[in-house]
Amino acid sequence: MTSLILKRLGIGLITVLAVSVIIFFGTKILPGDAAQIRMGQQATAENVAALREKLGLDKSYVMQYLTWLGNFVRGDLGISLSSDVPIVNLISDRYQNTLYVSVLTAVIGVPISLMLGIMAAMFPGSLYDRVLTFISVTLVAAPEFFTATLMVLLFVFALGIGTAVVVGSTEGKGVFELISHFALPITTLSFVIASQLIRMSRAAVLNVMSSPYIEMAILKGVPRRRIIFRHALLNAIGPIVNVVALNLAYLVTGVIVVEIYFGYSGLATLIVQGVQTRDFVLVQCLGMIFCLTYVVLMLIADIAAYASNPRLRHPK
Amino acid sequence: MTDSPNQNEVIFEAKNLQISAIRDDGTELPIVKGVDFKVRRGEVIALIGESGSGKTTISLSALGYCKPGLKFAGGEALLLGKDVSKMSTDELRPSRGINVAYLAQSAAATFNPSIKINEQVTESPVLHGTKTQAEADEKALKLYHALELPDPENIGDRFPHQVSGGQLQRLMAAMALCGEPDLLVLDEPTTALDVTTQIEVLKAFKQVIKEEGAAAIYVTHDLAVVAQIADHIVVLYNGEVKEAGPTDIIINRPQHPYTKRLMNAIKPLPEAGQGESSSDEYLRKDPALEAKDVDAGYGGLDADGTPKFPVLRDINVAIERGKTVGIIGESGCGKSTLARVLAGLLPAASGEVLLHGKTLPPALANRTRDQLQKVQFVYQMADTALNPRQKITDILGRPVEFYLGLKGADKRQRVEELLDMVELPRQFADRYPHELSGGQKQRVNLARALAAEPEVVLCDEVTSALDTIVGANVIELLKRLRRETGVSFVFISHDLSTVSNFADEIVVLYAGRVAEQGSTDKVLSPPYHPYTRLLVSSVPETRIGWLEEAAQTREAKAGVAGAVKLTKKGCPFFERCPLAIPGTCETIDPPQRLDGAGHIIECHREVSELGG
Amino acid sequence: MSTTDTPIGAHPDMLGGMPDGDKTDHFVAPYDEGVSFDELPDAPPKARFRLTTTGKIGAFFVIFWFFIAVFGPMLAPYGENDLPFPDAYSEFQVPQAGAWLGTDVQDRDILSRIMYGAGRTIGISVIATLIAYFIGVVLGIGAAVSSPRVDMVMSRINDAFLSLPTIMLGLVVVAAVGSSIPVLIITAGCIYASVVFRLARALGQEIMVMDFVEAAKARGEGRWWIITREIWPNAAMPLITDFGLRLIYIILFVSSLSFLGLGVQPPQADWGSMVRDNLGALQYGASVIPVLAPALAIATLTVGINLVVDDISAQSGGKLSKRL
Repeated sequence: MTSLILKRLGIGLITVLAVSVIIFFGTKILPGDAAQIRMGQQATAENVAALREKLGLDKSYVMQYLTWLGNFVRGDLGISLSSDVPIVNLISDRYQNTLYVSVLTAVIGVPISLMLGIMAAMFPGSLYDRVLTFISVTLVAAPEFFTATLMVLLFVFALGIGTAVVVGSTEGKGVFELISHFALPITTLSFVIASQLIRMSRAAVLNVMSSPYIEMAILKGVPRRRIIFRHALLNAIGPIVNVVALNLAYLVTGVIVVEIYFGYSGLATLIVQGVQTRDFVLVQCLGMIFCLTYVVLMLIADIAAYASNPRLRHPK
Repeated sequence: MTDSPNQNEVIFEAKNLQISAIRDDGTELPIVKGVDFKVRRGEVIALIGESGSGKTTISLSALGYCKPGLKFAGGEALLLGKDVSKMSTDELRPSRGINVAYLAQSAAATFNPSIKINEQVTESPVLHGTKTQAEADEKALKLYHALELPDPENIGDRFPHQVSGGQLQRLMAAMALCGEPDLLVLDEPTTALDVTTQIEVLKAFKQVIKEEGAAAIYVTHDLAVVAQIADHIVVLYNGEVKEAGPTDIIINRPQHPYTKRLMNAIKPLPEAGQGESSSDEYLRKDPALEAKDVDAGYGGLDADGTPKFPVLRDINVAIERGKTVGIIGESGCGKSTLARVLAGLLPAASGEVLLHGKTLPPALANRTRDQLQKVQFVYQMADTALNPRQKITDILGRPVEFYLGLKGADKRQRVEELLDMVELPRQFADRYPHELSGGQKQRVNLARALAAEPEVVLCDEVTSALDTIVGANVIELLKRLRRETGVSFVFISHDLSTVSNFADEIVVLYAGRVAEQGSTDKVLSPPYHPYTRLLVSSVPETRIGWLEEAAQTREAKAGVAGAVKLTKKGCPFFERCPLAIPGTCETIDPPQRLDGAGHIIECHREVSELGG
Repeated sequence: MSTTDTPIGAHPDMLGGMPDGDKTDHFVAPYDEGVSFDELPDAPPKARFRLTTTGKIGAFFVIFWFFIAVFGPMLAPYGENDLPFPDAYSEFQVPQAGAWLGTDVQDRDILSRIMYGAGRTIGISVIATLIAYFIGVVLGIGAAVSSPRVDMVMSRINDAFLSLPTIMLGLVVVAAVGSSIPVLIITAGCIYASVVFRLARALGQEIMVMDFVEAAKARGEGRWWIITREIWPNAAMPLITDFGLRLIYIILFVSSLSFLGLGVQPPQADWGSMVRDNLGALQYGASVIPVLAPALAIATLTVGINLVVDDISAQSGGKLSKRL
């Protein structure tokens, strides 16, 4: 099992390298010139050339890539092309909002969704199950901004709570104040991941519930509660952790849309600005950060799957 | 329970029991159509029938349980006088595991992979409060001893995947018996086991049922097994009882034509001198197909040229023209691998395969169309062997066109002739495989091989997925085809009686090596290779009392021992062999002992020592 | 073949017999001599495919939006950039005669813009899905029938793509080459080709190890025959069912990019960008319709497709949904 995990870690590392290649060269597809962008239209050819040399843009792409990757690993993220500010500063100004919303969503949304999904699996075919399934089938296919609109309709227009835009500072706020501050983004994202989580956790538990050893437990007269908590959950826990990690990875996309929708600034708005101003140094950095988060979560998902296999946990 | 005064007490009774399947559109389809039978204390009742007979469904009714998609549609299922078919799960729970317990076909799937064995074995009585954990543990330990499990003190501390299949099957019996139930329901509990393992498990079951004084419902398709274990037999067909009565009467004097057909489909091992032989018309003295010094396996080659997962070692087999060679062995012995090597589907790691004395290229891609045509392979599972998106006419027509160049009306005519040959109606040509039954599909599968007009047809377990009667009919068909076409057949099977009723010659494989080969007669009569002897003595006879006799005479040690293990040198049967010579057998490859023409026994013992 | 229809006693040679003296124990069902006991069918015949109520609702929306996508510009009351009330200051008007869904941030008719946008959103997505399918299926099946080494290299590269959030890939491409409809189509097509690749390869591999494919190889068939006659007919059905699902994800992807302002560019109408443009209506509490209408359009379309797909995969044994 250790060797399997090491192997998976190795693959994860290779993936990260491949990701960095894609992101670095992806932004180099067209001959957009960083030096030109940074100097603006009026710059003289000599000035631009001097800057190119300073930025290392006269070197080969491979050298540029290696330099960039080396700097990134050392935490030197470079300087924004559009605003001439070190990217580290840009990020450190904004990352809290993104972090608060994702973590709070994970902490609030995930357990509730899991409970709902597992309960649906406990009573398959019941009214509760069918209603929940219908809602999740509907929400899973709807865009994030549709869910967000529904939330605004419900809270702002129908109930008259808060506004459709998140404003104000988070400075010095406690957990509960933060939750109420980000109430709309968090509820929206919770619904978005809930639709996936409910479906997938329900399927994971049902899959276990339909296995012959559960049938055997029923035929042994084992009470329902014990069947679920001792016989089924023990085997479903791996797939469920896997599902949770996958869905947290999906959150990356959701976070971007929600930030724009509710108009507060975070890493997502930063990357969208970067794209709009064609500041690819910034896009490269943030792209790497988002992708790394994603890759790590996928890695956790896979390791959870290994860990849940009793054959690997208790070798012969 | 053993001290129960009333020996005649009825434990379970099915009264006009009806069970239906619920279709997607809500309509009901009767599966069990009014079945009556009784089980008295101390009695074993066998429910026997082929797939679709409803035998498993009926047996589960004793627990008040229907598989998802089924429901009780009428009648009564009386367990100790209470109709369990009308009770809710909550009402049933106290009786399950205590009054009635269930043993499923596959123990490997029935044990929870994440919970230690002992907890699962003792769970039911402890939860129901009939035993404390300590009492249950004690009972379990007694059962482990009674079931002759290795290391009974510690086996409960293991996880299910850490013990062998045969052991797990016995542990499931312990799980069922731990609550000391009045009624045991056993659903094909030995079907998944190898024949040499089955006999031990069967013996253990029979003894334990007797000692515990329980009643039992034993579900199986195998009459020979039934003859050993049942007091009464209920014969089922299509959800109805066709005949029911004491074992002696059903086995020896069956009345109903269906029971008679079931009995006729069972072919006992031929007595010495009674083996099959084909007509000599096509016989010639050169082998059609030959394997010389073949080593084979999977997973690529290591540095020393041996496969990473070796399966076959030093195989020498020749298939004479017009002859039928049976290859027999238990799961994991490499018989399918040998067939695949002969067919070219798996290139040998070393050694060669010859067609008419000429070496064949090991890989399929390098063989000529002519070479491919001459050797055809028939797969075990017709379901996966026939492309579900092609009509029968395309499935059979393609080899006709590909090898013989026939087109249009000629091709169609040939397809119809092929259907005639395998006794299928001509209009089947325009059907898809899923519109055919299992036996019919297997016939198409066979016809496709014959369509190439081959010289050798390799049949890999072609009857093992079929019901007894259907399988017997396929064998009859094969016999006829052999007479009429002069094609050589290689027939691979784990079932010695099927092979011996069809093959002229038999090759006995054990752990990737040939143990013995020769004419069917010679192989099945003394002198035997020790493994052949074990195999022959393990095939159940449809005769009451056989189990006890066999248990007396056979070499008990050989049956109990664990899984088949491949060895790099010496005789792989060494560990299980009662005649093993320590120091020699496990280190030196056994010599070939000749006993008359073509009969070879690979053993360190002299032929004379292998006699009686 | 069953003998139970025959009334007992109808035939003289029928034996409802109780021989051997043991009258209580031996039961023989009545039978006709010469009746054959056919092999029972493998499984009861399957019910035909039928849409459930939710499936029908889904199908209605899908047909409705595809109809609008094609004929919308012909039926729309205004052009996509026309102003229904050119003489008045008419930002975020409520629904009224002349503008049945009201007006947007630049005074344009929302209903007309949704009808124009339908063709753009659906057209881009459908073409992108077709591209994704073409690339994904060709490469995926190709990988499945190739040598293990080629297959491994292709899969590893594909895995790297799959391990990126799709929206991030889209952002990087748009950052590099700017946004236009062709870029959007090709980007979405290529990104989702990797998902189709994985599915097609898995299907191809699953079919490749089937005995009938091995039988074809053993017969000496060429690679082309095996791909077109043995693998493709068996892979087609699951792939077609998956098409709907992929279309949903591509619609969501394209709309999200547009919503971020990086997809379809103004003044062209597109559902995703309409939501973004009119967000102000919500934020100032002016009106809900300008945001809700386009968002609802996307949701009814994607949810509609999902309801149909869900029906199909549930009735094809749920095998498909397991694979996704």
